[in-house]
Amino acid sequence: MSRQSNRTTDSKKMNSELFTLTYGALVTQLCKDYENDEEVNKQLDKMGYNIGVRLIEDFLARSSIGRCQDFRETADVIAKVAFKMYLGITPSVTNWSPGGDEFSLILENNPLADFVELPDNHSALIYSNLLCGVLRGALEMVQMAVDVKFAQDSLRGDNVTEIRMKFIKRIEENLPAGDE
Amino acid sequence: MLIIHPSIFNFAYSHITGCPRVNIECNRTSRSRLVVYGRFDRMADESLFEFLHMEIVSHIFNEQQSSKGEMDNKDRAACISLLEAMGFRVGQGLIERLTRDTPSFKDELDIMKFICKDFWTKVFRRQVDNLRTNHQGTYVLQDNKFSLLTQFSGGKQYLDQAPKYLAFSCGVVRGALSNLGLESVVTAEVSIMPSCKFQVVIQKL
Repeated sequence: MSRQSNRTTDSKKMNSELFTLTYGALVTQLCKDYENDEEVNKQLDKMGYNIGVRLIEDFLARSSIGRCQDFRETADVIAKVAFKMYLGITPSVTNWSPGGDEFSLILENNPLADFVELPDNHSALIYSNLLCGVLRGALEMVQMAVDVKFAQDSLRGDNVTEIRMKFIKRIEENLPAGDE
Repeated sequence: MLIIHPSIFNFAYSHITGCPRVNIECNRTSRSRLVVYGRFDRMADESLFEFLHMEIVSHIFNEQQSSKGEMDNKDRAACISLLEAMGFRVGQGLIERLTRDTPSFKDELDIMKFICKDFWTKVFRRQVDNLRTNHQGTYVLQDNKFSLLTQFSGGKQYLDQAPKYLAFSCGVVRGALSNLGLESVVTAEVSIMPSCKFQVVIQKL
């Protein structure tokens, strides 16, 4: 079966509420499936990773962006192209470490958490942890090992939502990418 | 931002059994206008949703499998109904926001038309191709290019996998109808991908 040639011309935009609500249903289900919030966070990260390793292909194919020269460029692409393309927002890139290997993404409003209020008994839940997994998985596929975590979350009472990203190392081409 | 097909769809309402088929032109002024609601203007990308949906399906099935070892038909049915329940909640939420500015509905058929046009466009990004009813509470909604199946296959391959990727959508439709006051049973049927038929049976109280 040949690929449809008009694929790229199809509008791929959809209403984000379906995504937001579906994500909410997933988190609710995970909270039922697992005893504690830590487990839910871990599972969300794992699912995000699985999405990330596939999403990167979609991203590279559609954005026609080549290899990034440095981590600063990577940060720009993530914030200005990838977030814009998939979630319709542009987070700001701040708090660079002096060595240039760490930065923060500040999300003004997190689309995943649009209609969400965390109940008191889920204080350890990192609601949008899927995003960390997505970023980690996607970057791993372009030979970058990165540590991603939420430093602040407006759902948990912080002023902003901040994702902290730390470059760990370049993955050598001949090594198979680490499996989860 | 919102794309409506310029040509108005003709819904073919027909008696499923017996009677000849009648075409009714949908009244465009009544409900085909789409309003951009508050935050409805924010767009996400559909591939993200597709990936998320696949992860959800595989999570639900893995979870069941790891706790039981082998899966039998009963376990599979349990997974399907779990997915359906998740979709139900999503459908309820969606319809609440979608109908915020619409006038109230005349009757059941009016609701079904809304589901086929506005709701389907918002959720599955196209209109239902064909709506049929027996005028006794059974509706068949046919989508010839169902969005969650288009990436799968263009024929009969993977047909056995189809039910688990449709359960969520069935739930979405049932949830939407439920919040419009119609209790229903929604099932999906695929004979050749990516075409899909949803059967809605309204439960009379």
